[in-house]
Amino acid sequence: MTLEAKYGVPTVAVHTDKFDKVVRSVAEVSGMPDLAQVFVPQPIMGKTPAQLRAYVDGTDPISGRHVMQEVIDGLTRPRDGGRGAGEYDRSTPRLVEPDSEENLHRLFLERNWTDTLPIVLPTEERVGAMLGGTRRKPDEIVGRMRSTHFREYWQYTVEKVAVNAVMAGARPEYFPVILALAATGVTARGSSSSAVAAMAVVNGPIRREIGMNAGTGAMGPYNHANATIGRAYGLLSQNGQGGSVPGLSYMGNQGNNYAYNSVTFAENEERSPWEPFHVQHGLALSDSAVSVFSGVRSTAFTLGLREKHWREHVGHLLRGMDPHGPPALLLDPIAARQFVDRGGFTKKDALIDWLHDAARMRAGEYWDYQLIQNYIYPRATFGEEPWASKLEAAADEEIPMFRREDIHVIVVGGETNGYWRIMGCNYQTTESVDAWR
Amino acid sequence: MSNMTVLDPTGYPPKISAKQLAPRLDTLNGRTVYLVDCRFDDSGLFLEQMRAWLAEHLPGVTTVLKPISSVYLVDDPKTWEEIRARGHAAILGVGH
Repeated sequence: MTLEAKYGVPTVAVHTDKFDKVVRSVAEVSGMPDLAQVFVPQPIMGKTPAQLRAYVDGTDPISGRHVMQEVIDGLTRPRDGGRGAGEYDRSTPRLVEPDSEENLHRLFLERNWTDTLPIVLPTEERVGAMLGGTRRKPDEIVGRMRSTHFREYWQYTVEKVAVNAVMAGARPEYFPVILALAATGVTARGSSSSAVAAMAVVNGPIRREIGMNAGTGAMGPYNHANATIGRAYGLLSQNGQGGSVPGLSYMGNQGNNYAYNSVTFAENEERSPWEPFHVQHGLALSDSAVSVFSGVRSTAFTLGLREKHWREHVGHLLRGMDPHGPPALLLDPIAARQFVDRGGFTKKDALIDWLHDAARMRAGEYWDYQLIQNYIYPRATFGEEPWASKLEAAADEEIPMFRREDIHVIVVGGETNGYWRIMGCNYQTTESVDAWR
Repeated sequence: MSNMTVLDPTGYPPKISAKQLAPRLDTLNGRTVYLVDCRFDDSGLFLEQMRAWLAEHLPGVTTVLKPISSVYLVDDPKTWEEIRARGHAAILGVGH
């Protein structure tokens, strides 16, 4: 689209067929509905040259026309050139047309406004009560989100966030946390075909004030605040950004069960041997904050740290992660203290240093990962560090899998045992909750 | 059963600004077409096959296979400028 509109170069975009609705929708909202788009079968990845040549020689699975004829026509035949100059408003209404409770529940489902589980209908009275949980004005813009980098941003107000918080079953006292999540601008409904979820970690006094769980079952369906704050984060994401519909605005190939409540929990600060996560990121112990991670997909787990081979065991867990999904260790307090006892990591930074060094693999294997080829190799060849230097390593030289700054440690759990896990995910930001009270 | 009034949960989309497409070419013969590799999931290998097809069927077309400078998430004005300066048309692929 940039080449067409900004540089004046006639262009044809070739996509795989699974993305036809997505790319047509993006072209439409970008003001170029007549953009020339041609489709070939999915997948491209892993196909032989002969198989790829067959795609070129074959037909577009969407239009049924010969692929190359469509390409040639796309570059040479006049196209309408959009809807003409000007802007087109797409404003959304404040209220839904009044209807019966049963019909409204059906409508919310049909419009893909829910996570398909029953919701609380956002009446004016309920939304008004939710707005009582903050001093912010209902019409104040909280932030903006989009499901993926090539889609347009949508904005949302305090009232819109309140509507979604009501739908999730949250209580007004949770609302500052939900607003802080909305203010991050980090979507919990990313559209990536890798089927991502988000993770939200709450720190500070707000945890106790609203009864969040940092102990036994903290990441499970056993605490009203944890459950509904996380659900509200998901609903406000999908509605605030303008949708999360499979095949149109959500392309996660398998989906992700973590997305039901975005792995939302409180850190067990009281039982942690280290400083809390939000303090690591510049806030005071007395501050309340929420930190968000995106790209939550992979998980590894084990029990405790054995005296003889704990280093090797942890190294194997780390090497089991995809190198494009850096590790966030979620440690039960028992496991956290074992890291202190076994490794002498009295500071979290020392543990992260060690993890960075332990997570190594041969350069040849590293560069051959598909996601490294897709997202890191191009940046390395572009000269970006530390990846550019990694390119100089011999194929059998062991290199770090992750950047140190992408490795994180959080303490959560109720000490029923020393199980712990690694989430492959990307830390995004930490937002003050107090600012949204 | 009485009707209820509820609020719409969706955010506010930006206005759509209509944009004009570039003028199309009268012919590809004698023109330079850039095949732009977005460097995702072996797209370069696919574009090599497309380039071979063009060489066989439209020998009057000059093709340039050009990988973007970094990842597809990053705008690449240097490459776009090159295509505008040296090319007449572009084929981008492969979107996924």
